[in-house]
Amino acid sequence: MSFLRFINGSFKIIVNGGRVYYSCIFFLLVLIVWGALGYYDQLQEGLIVTNMRDSVSWGFYIGNFTFLVGVAAAAVMLVIPAYIYDWKPIKEIVIFGEILAICAVIMCIAFIVVDIGEPLRFWHMLPIVGTMNFPSSILSWDFFALFTYFILNLVIVTHLLYKQFHKKEYNKSFILPLVLLSIPAAIAIHTVTAFLFNALPARPFWNSALLAPRFLASAFCSGPAILILLFQVLRKTTKFEIKDEVIFTIAELMVYAMFIYLFFTVSELFKEFYSDTEHLVYWEYLLLGVEKNREIVFYSWSSIAMGFTAFLLFLIPKTRKNLLTLNIGAVLIYFSVYMEKGITLIIPGFTPDSLGQYLFYVPSDIEIRTAVMIFSGGALLFTFISKISIAILFEGFSIDSLQKKSVESNTQTV
Amino acid sequence: MQKKEKNNSRRNFLKKLPVLALGTVALAGCSSEELDEFFQQNFRTLSKAEKNDIVKNLEKKYSEKYGKEFVVSDKPATEGILFGYALDLSRCIGCRKCVYACVEENNQSREPQVHWIQVLRMENEKGIDVHYANVHYNPDLVPEKGHFYMPVACQQCRNPQCTTVCPTKATWQTEDGIVVVDYNWCIGCRYCMAACPYGARHFNWGEPNIPDEEVNPITHYLGNRPRTKGVVEKCTFCIQRVRDGKYPSCVEICPTGSRKFGNLLDPDSEIRYILENKRVLVFKEELNTQPKFYYFFGV
Ligand code: SF4
Ligand code: SF4
Repeated sequence: MSFLRFINGSFKIIVNGGRVYYSCIFFLLVLIVWGALGYYDQLQEGLIVTNMRDSVSWGFYIGNFTFLVGVAAAAVMLVIPAYIYDWKPIKEIVIFGEILAICAVIMCIAFIVVDIGEPLRFWHMLPIVGTMNFPSSILSWDFFALFTYFILNLVIVTHLLYKQFHKKEYNKSFILPLVLLSIPAAIAIHTVTAFLFNALPARPFWNSALLAPRFLASAFCSGPAILILLFQVLRKTTKFEIKDEVIFTIAELMVYAMFIYLFFTVSELFKEFYSDTEHLVYWEYLLLGVEKNREIVFYSWSSIAMGFTAFLLFLIPKTRKNLLTLNIGAVLIYFSVYMEKGITLIIPGFTPDSLGQYLFYVPSDIEIRTAVMIFSGGALLFTFISKISIAILFEGFSIDSLQKKSVESNTQTV
Repeated sequence: MQKKEKNNSRRNFLKKLPVLALGTVALAGCSSEELDEFFQQNFRTLSKAEKNDIVKNLEKKYSEKYGKEFVVSDKPATEGILFGYALDLSRCIGCRKCVYACVEENNQSREPQVHWIQVLRMENEKGIDVHYANVHYNPDLVPEKGHFYMPVACQQCRNPQCTTVCPTKATWQTEDGIVVVDYNWCIGCRYCMAACPYGARHFNWGEPNIPDEEVNPITHYLGNRPRTKGVVEKCTFCIQRVRDGKYPSCVEICPTGSRKFGNLLDPDSEIRYILENKRVLVFKEELNTQPKFYYFFGV
């Protein structure tokens, strides 16, 4: 009964909002429909409506998947410094970090589902009902890790919000171990995702031990970037209080991550270019293009340029401690990592293919629309969950408030 | 024995229960045949009787679809046989006869086009080096001056990467050494394509298309039976032929006799003769895939 009332109350929260809120929701819904119409074509015709072919057999979808695993992982890794520096309000930071993680994992799974040729057969890769190839296939590992991570975050967030909703203290001895466990789990999902590409001797471009460390470092740049922006929005619009110092400390930690990322990338480049083996062709396609084919050169260089600018903005104390330049930096690093993971990580791995043949791939309209559908869907989900959480955390949406209301309405009807 | 079977069926039932629940939601409104197909388990876990049923249903389905009598065999490997292949690089002239014979024999889609065999045109001066290879060569006359040709299809690795990475065990190496795909179990994730170092696996990006009059009705479940969109396929050494004691199509068609095939475990086979008397090489040996497909120089 009280659960129904909770659902009912939450629904009211979701549908009530200002004009800005409504236009955002409307905009997202339009994007979802527009994307879904494109995806419908893919369901009818098959993956032939994408630009992927046998030579480049993974593309934009898997790139987005990889990027979002990073977002999911980094959102929670922010919990470590939150504990170490004892940031206030730690509970809220954990909650929003993990809501972001939950939505990101859902989007990850969605990207896998749209990428596979027979989505209805998804259950074949599960244990018991299907024949999961565990422990041999890293994809099984990845699915397992993502699933565990998802459940972990879901339990933590639900517990925290549920207790708050009932005006009770949350159970610290239950939650703390789970939060601590979610940190290695976050590292695990990203590491395993890197291993997915990393251990394929057929693809020299990915076959580098630095891939997993680079993944983690880049995720530490893009994930907190979203949270920095989010915290500022929350601070403006709700009673959520976070001091500037906390935001600046997060930015400082991001500088370290960026530096490590830069260092790893330079090491990789040095090894490839100085040893000058045939494996250089992939890097050449990435950075210079092959003859007239420069499809992804634009992306690789803008990713580098944006990343570098963001690094400088975050490095120089003056610009780091200025919210405007800090936010510009956060947006830049986010898109830098997005281009790197979404486009320039996957495609050169297949260009040229394992028989030395070139297919110059860029995502098709339908691939872009499908991706837009998933991102907007994820954003909508995130907005809704956050709105309910904000109501519970800051606006006194609780069991009492519901009871009061129902008492009121009862007396009215009498 | 009886007890064991009983247990088995109970376990099977339990296994199917969650899928049943899931499936009723997802597939309400499908015909019973489609439902059966949806719930079909991995080929390797099926009993003889279940396989028989499936094969019979497929024969019916294909016969109706293409308007001719179909045979779908599920003949297993014979003990004491391990298939091996050898290709004479000094004889191959790059005419691509094998490519098209393979398409016809193995019911590869004509539009969109699927080719299990890729013939690489190499440069004499560079040797075997894929970075100077071209599959789209198109002269009036082959062979071309300054080039040699290297056909590549599945190398039937002893240590295949493709089967290791498959998340569903939809692809595996059979006892006679052929790496096969269960087209009804493959989910089309294409991880195997990323893992195969020889570009040997091909995906049905769209609905495969074969004209009725060209379709080959003598098929094997794990080989050349018609496929659907969204799954992966690859060379099976013509499993439908070689398990019946015939040569693969490409071996028969090759006008220069460059292609040799046989049982690696039979000391008197032609393939053994080549391994003993010619010097052979395997492609990309550094990846430790250990192919059962050899290249050699006969003249
Ligand atoms: S050549 Fe490729 S498809 Fe064939 S067995 Fe080896 S890895 Fe698998
Ligand atoms: S595409 Fe099919 S055969 Fe290949 S790895 Fe995925 S499920 Fe296995």
